[in-house]
Amino acid sequence: MKTKTWKDRSKSVLLALILFALTFLFVMPIVWIIFSSFKSAGELFKWPPSLLGKNPSLSNYSKALSEGNFVVYFFNTVFTSVVATILTVVVNVMSGYAFAKYRFKGQTILFGIVLATLMIPLEVIMIPVFKVIVATKLYNNLWGLIIPAVASPTAVFLVRQYYTGIPSAYMEAARIDGASEFYIFTKIMLPMAKPIISVLCIFSFMWRWNDYLWPKLVINSKSKYTLQLALANFSGEYSVDWNSLLAMSVISMIPVIVVFISLQKYIIGGMTTGGVKE
Amino acid sequence: MKNFEQKIFPYLLLLPTIAIFGVFLFYPAVNGLWISFTKWDGINPQKFIGLKNYVDLLSDESFWRAFLNTVVFTVITVPAIYVSALFLALLLTQNIKGSSFFRAAFYWPTMVSTIIVGLSWRFLLGEDFGIINYLLTAMGRSPVKWLTNPRAAMGVIIFVTTWSLAGYYMVMFIAGIKSISETYYEAAKIDGAGFVQQFRYITLPLLKPTTLLVIVLSTVTVIKTYPLVFALTQGGPAGATKLMVQLIQETGFDKNKMGYASAMTMFLFIILAVLTTIQFKLNQGGEQDEN
Repeated sequence: MKTKTWKDRSKSVLLALILFALTFLFVMPIVWIIFSSFKSAGELFKWPPSLLGKNPSLSNYSKALSEGNFVVYFFNTVFTSVVATILTVVVNVMSGYAFAKYRFKGQTILFGIVLATLMIPLEVIMIPVFKVIVATKLYNNLWGLIIPAVASPTAVFLVRQYYTGIPSAYMEAARIDGASEFYIFTKIMLPMAKPIISVLCIFSFMWRWNDYLWPKLVINSKSKYTLQLALANFSGEYSVDWNSLLAMSVISMIPVIVVFISLQKYIIGGMTTGGVKE
Repeated sequence: MKNFEQKIFPYLLLLPTIAIFGVFLFYPAVNGLWISFTKWDGINPQKFIGLKNYVDLLSDESFWRAFLNTVVFTVITVPAIYVSALFLALLLTQNIKGSSFFRAAFYWPTMVSTIIVGLSWRFLLGEDFGIINYLLTAMGRSPVKWLTNPRAAMGVIIFVTTWSLAGYYMVMFIAGIKSISETYYEAAKIDGAGFVQQFRYITLPLLKPTTLLVIVLSTVTVIKTYPLVFALTQGGPAGATKLMVQLIQETGFDKNKMGYASAMTMFLFIILAVLTTIQFKLNQGGEQDEN
């Protein structure tokens, strides 16, 4: 057993100080935004600033909700995020499973194709993709936000890796019993993938919810805006209405905060195993 | 023997993925090359003009300015991310109480949308109302023109980008550090090596694969930066923080010079393709280690 010396103690005090200073640095900006969203217009720009101002109220929120189409943006974002997440899970679990559990002609080439997509980020094909979006009638259409981003190489890798760890003996046994391939996939193998499906759901939802570039390319009219698009647009106006903007930012962060706090271990754990990044 | 059903089923499973990749990635990628050889405003028919877009690019000051901005931004931000992510990871692997709380706190900014990150810092850094300038004046210093001074603005986008991404790469470093066998450190302790020596001769060299991966991944991410800067500075003042993706977006969609913007994207594509190839090589090395 070690006895704590003065040197050890001062070391741990120093460590604690650094940790709390860093926590302040990483958490405080967003906390400040949340508190400021309850201030009145006068208090928002008053020096010296105070955390909540004299009369904290929800007026910014009621203003943001009544003016403009905030509720519409919120609904658009919920719709695209939820539908895109469901489709992302279905499509990528199918292909990840196929790569992990079947041997077929052209497998290497097809997997190479999936790998190659990592070379082509959206930023590089903005213009030709726009052309495709227009040609497929997806321009200014919420489905244009959903469909093109459904297949994700990262998701395919994650699912493939997961299924590689599940023995194929389950499939062999079912085949001997005369089960169809479709039955094996949907009734036997799919339920086993619950952990990886949860990880996919969380990340897909976050990606869609926070995404800016796809909506920017696809959406034109205000009635189809997502939250991020609306926030970016309002912030680009000549005089920024910080009161509404702060309230809108906070509301649009709520799902992310909820998901993060409740599934925090899962999220950070999922990152380390898969190296998940859109 | 495989029956017909077993042979055909995997293709059916792959169909949606391949179809989406084909229509929304590979076809556009090839088409983009063609567009870059044409003059096109997005509405009227494309007109083939050979290499003219590329020739024009060579003498386009705004393009080279955005390119240079991107280079400066990337060359400073990537090492900043590397150092801060590694520092955070080292702190959190020191056997401290409540490390999962701190890990969550440092990781948290990566979950917030880049638009909101940009907006939040723009609010904090507001020149005549922001809390940061208030604190500076309270300490007897003069307020800083964070977003209207070109140099300060570049510094701000570098800092905020690092702030928003450090936690993500921290998690990778934590995993890397934890996979280093305890026995190395025990042996070092017996030999009387202190923390600094242990870090220099054990942790750093054994983290090399993680380090390379972090550098490549963060470089690819940082080069593509756009929404964060848009929300923070809009590329200003006077284009001082305008990066390549923003310039491409504006050239293509605001100025309707789609052919010309496509030529710009080819430039970006080559840089990113080289980096991604390196990433593949590194990943394959990692996979072999696991097996």
